[in-house]
This record gives sequence, C-alpha cells and structure tokens, in this order.
Amino acid sequence: MIRFEQVSKRYPRGQEALSNLSFHVTPGEMVFLTGHSGAGKSTLLKLIALLERPTRGRVIVNGQNTKRLNRRRIPRFRRNIGIVFQNHKLLNDRSVYENVALPLIIDGIGRKETGRRVRAALDQVGLLGKENRVPMELSIGQQQRVGIARAVVSKPALLIADEPTGNLDPDLSVEVMRLFARFNDVGVTVVIASHDLSLVHQLGRRVLTLEEGRLAQPENTDGP
Amino acid sequence: MARKPDRKREQKRPFAQRLRIWTSRHVQNCVGALGRLWRQPFSNGMTIIVIGIALALPAALHLMVKNGSALGGRWESVVDISVYLKQGVSEQDAMRIADSILQKQEVTEVELIPADQALENFRRASGFGAALDALSDNPLPHAIVVRPDPEYASPEAVIDLGTALQEIPEADIVQQDTEWVERFHAILDVVRRGVLVAAVLLALAVLIIVGNTIRLDIENRREEIEVTKLVGATDGFIRRPFLYSGFWYGLSGALVAVLLVLASLWLLAGPVGRLAGFYGSDFELEGLGPRAYAVLLVGGAFLGWFGSWVAAARHLRRIEPT
Repeated sequence: MIRFEQVSKRYPRGQEALSNLSFHVTPGEMVFLTGHSGAGKSTLLKLIALLERPTRGRVIVNGQNTKRLNRRRIPRFRRNIGIVFQNHKLLNDRSVYENVALPLIIDGIGRKETGRRVRAALDQVGLLGKENRVPMELSIGQQQRVGIARAVVSKPALLIADEPTGNLDPDLSVEVMRLFARFNDVGVTVVIASHDLSLVHQLGRRVLTLEEGRLAQPENTDGP
Repeated sequence: MARKPDRKREQKRPFAQRLRIWTSRHVQNCVGALGRLWRQPFSNGMTIIVIGIALALPAALHLMVKNGSALGGRWESVVDISVYLKQGVSEQDAMRIADSILQKQEVTEVELIPADQALENFRRASGFGAALDALSDNPLPHAIVVRPDPEYASPEAVIDLGTALQEIPEADIVQQDTEWVERFHAILDVVRRGVLVAAVLLALAVLIIVGNTIRLDIENRREEIEVTKLVGATDGFIRRPFLYSGFWYGLSGALVAVLLVLASLWLLAGPVGRLAGFYGSDFELEGLGPRAYAVLLVGGAFLGWFGSWVAAARHLRRIEPT
C-alpha cells in the first residue's frame, strides 16, 4: 500500500527531515509512527499525501509512484487518501454536514447519495444527529471525530492521521484510536503518527519509530 | 483492496452523468456567488459602483460622439452630389434618370432641378436678369441633386457613388464636395479613436478593480481553500466560485453603468431641448440603443470574469496546504 525506497527529504532551509528511509506498509495494515517531535513523522505523512515531494528516493502509494504524478493529478490522488489532522481543520462557517460532505461534493456525488454517505460516516463516529451543528458548538473530541468522518466519507483505501489525539484527554484518545482500529477492521489501511507511546503500545499494532529521520529498528515487523 | 484511483474512476461515469454534475456545479456556484455578494452589501456595493463608473465613462463618451454625429448629420447636405446632365437631354429623360438613381440603395433622396427652374434661380440670385434675357436658349442643363444615405456617407462611399453616377451616359459633370466630407469624418475619427483609447484604459481599470477584490477574497478564504485542496479539490473546482463572483461584479457594475447613463440622459434631456429650442431646432438627445446596452452588459460581465480569472490564476496556485 505504501512503499518508501531510500527516501530522503531535505527542506530548503537545509535540515534533513528524513534520510534514506525504507519501509513497506501492506494493504489492510494499521501502523503507528512514533518518535520525538522533529523526528520526521509529519514529513513522512506529508510525503504520502503529496503535500511534500521527496528530495531523493521513491514513494509508492496505492501502486502509484508519486514522482510520476504531476500537479494536475494530485487532487484525484488525494481523494483516495483520508487525512486526519491534529487540529482537525474543519471549516467553522459550515455545518457538520457540509464539512463531512465536502469530499463528496468535490467528487461530484449526487445529493441523495451524499446525504446517505454523510449520515453513515457520522453514524460510524457516533455523531449522528449533529449534522446541523457548527463545529464550534461541539467538544474538541467531537470535532476530531467530525474530522475523521470527513476523512472516511469517501471510503478511501488509506487513512493517515497526524497526532489525532494530540489535543484530547486520555479517555477520548483511546476512544479515537479504537475508532481508527474499527476502520482498519473493515480493510482500510491506517497510518497514525503519535508521540503517545503508552497509548500506541496499548493498541498492539506494528510500530515504526523514527529517530532523526531514520527508522530506529529497521527490521521491526509486527507489533509487540 | 484499493480501488484503482485516478482517471479510471472519472471515465467510468457516463457522459450524461458528468454533464449533470457539471451543470449542477455551475448553477450552484453561480447562485452561491450571487448570495455571497448580497451578504456584504456595503463593501461589495462600493466595488460595484466603482466598476459602474469606470464602465459608464466610455459609454458616456460614446454617447457624445453619437449625438455629435447626429447633430453633424444635419449639415450632411454638403455631401450632396450634383449631377449635371448633358445639353439636349429632355426633361422626361431627366426624370427617368432621377428615378433610376433613387433606386440605388446608397441614395435616400434625389431632387431634379429642371433647366428652366435653374435659370429662374440663377436669374434671381445673380442679378444678370437682363443679360440672360438676351440669350435665345437656356444655357443651363437639367441637374439632379443626390443625397447619399447616411450609412454610405463615408468619404470612400461618396466617392464611389460619384464614380457610379459619372457612368450614366447622359451625365456630363458630377460635382461633390468630398474634401469637406473627408475633413468632417477625419474629425469624427479622431474623437472615436479617443473614445476607444479611453474605453481600453477604463476596461483595464475594471480588470484591476475586480482582480484586486478577488485577490482579497482569496486571502480571506485561504483556510477554506487549503482544506478543499487537502480533500482533493482540483484547481478548477476551487477557482469556479471566484470566477462567478467576478462575473457578478462585472455584470452588476455594468447595470450600474446603464443606470448612470440613463440618469445622465434624463438630466440632460431638458436643458438640451431648451437650448435646441433657442436655435429653432427639434434636436433631441439619442440614447445608447439596444446594441450598445448589450455590449455594455456583456462586456462588463466578461471583464469581471476575466479579471477574477487572472487573479485566481496568480494567487490560488500559491496557496498550498501544509
């Protein structure tokens, strides 16, 4: 599903965020990405979503070599990836329904089908009935779940999340992580960056640890 | 597992469905952009009024030229062409020739001045009455005064008409005051060119006003643009609402311009009528006419659309999610 081959990323300001990184995530896998802040977790996720391009090496996502995707083809590529952010990136001037429906509207899905899928996604994150609320009216945990609903509403094969529990208390964090695990159970490949080691180990999935842009244990295969 | 991404998904959709998606998107964006305009009536109203003034200026100049040439049309009898027939052509023949000239589409009016009448006129005007009485024959020929249609009153057309008249076998001398006509049209051409230059400059001003407004609009919606890009929106999808905003700015500005022109005409009609009255003229101000109004509206809408297109092309590309 995701294959990094000797990938390095150097930012224009000079520091090398990732160096010579290789790993493989198979379809249907759920992988945690840990490491100190600045270890390159966010950079790695950005390379997957084509928010950044690698300086060297190959990044293959969903069978596509991202190097061959020019600017015009990035939008379609991104529609196959659900992205969840720490600060959820919801639009505060739109209702929960409109926020979740956004990827479907962009994809040109009809009104009826959109309504059905948005409600299904909200149901999955336990927010059915909040469609007409504005994100600001919801709790932080609920806002994060709206962000997750938006990420899964178009049924992407791959879900990536950057510190999705960064702003949540431990109980909510567990709840959100369980949510991701449920999507993984139905076949979605999930990659989550998190610095919360105890939480990560609690879930018992494969862990990739980044240290200064390199994998700490390159041969790490399955979780503990 | 993974659905094959990319083009294939798009191609799977039948044409009718894609057309439906396309149409509903445009309708939504079109209406949505109008709604956004209404929600900030004050600041958008200012922009629209500025666009309206910029569009009204060339329209007003055009009106001046139009009314100027209409006024000028009243002296256009000087472009009359006089055809003097050969001696010995009978009056019946002269009448027949006058009729055939009137058949030409370039001609609005002909007046036959028979030789006898010409002599009479000359006798009265010159004061050579006694000398003329000494002549046994009338030395003057029949003359036909031809008035070209205003649409064919350009110097070239008048010269062409003169050449055509010269080819009538019975015609002797064809006289036309083309030099005066040329000068008159040269002046009008200069003024017209001036209006054109002003129109181009003011159109540029409209482009800049709309472009700048859209640029600010894009800045204000930066977050929204970033998020939509993140969830896979194409450039076209993001650009479309801004293009419709520009379209509405331009069209509303053009409507304001039309209102300004109508108001000015209404304000000027009274005084102009009174002024004309002093000169014993029934001259009335002419309006722009349906075609010019259509040009103003379509042109305004196009300028708005194009201005926002330029702004969107420049600024949307710079906003990338991070």
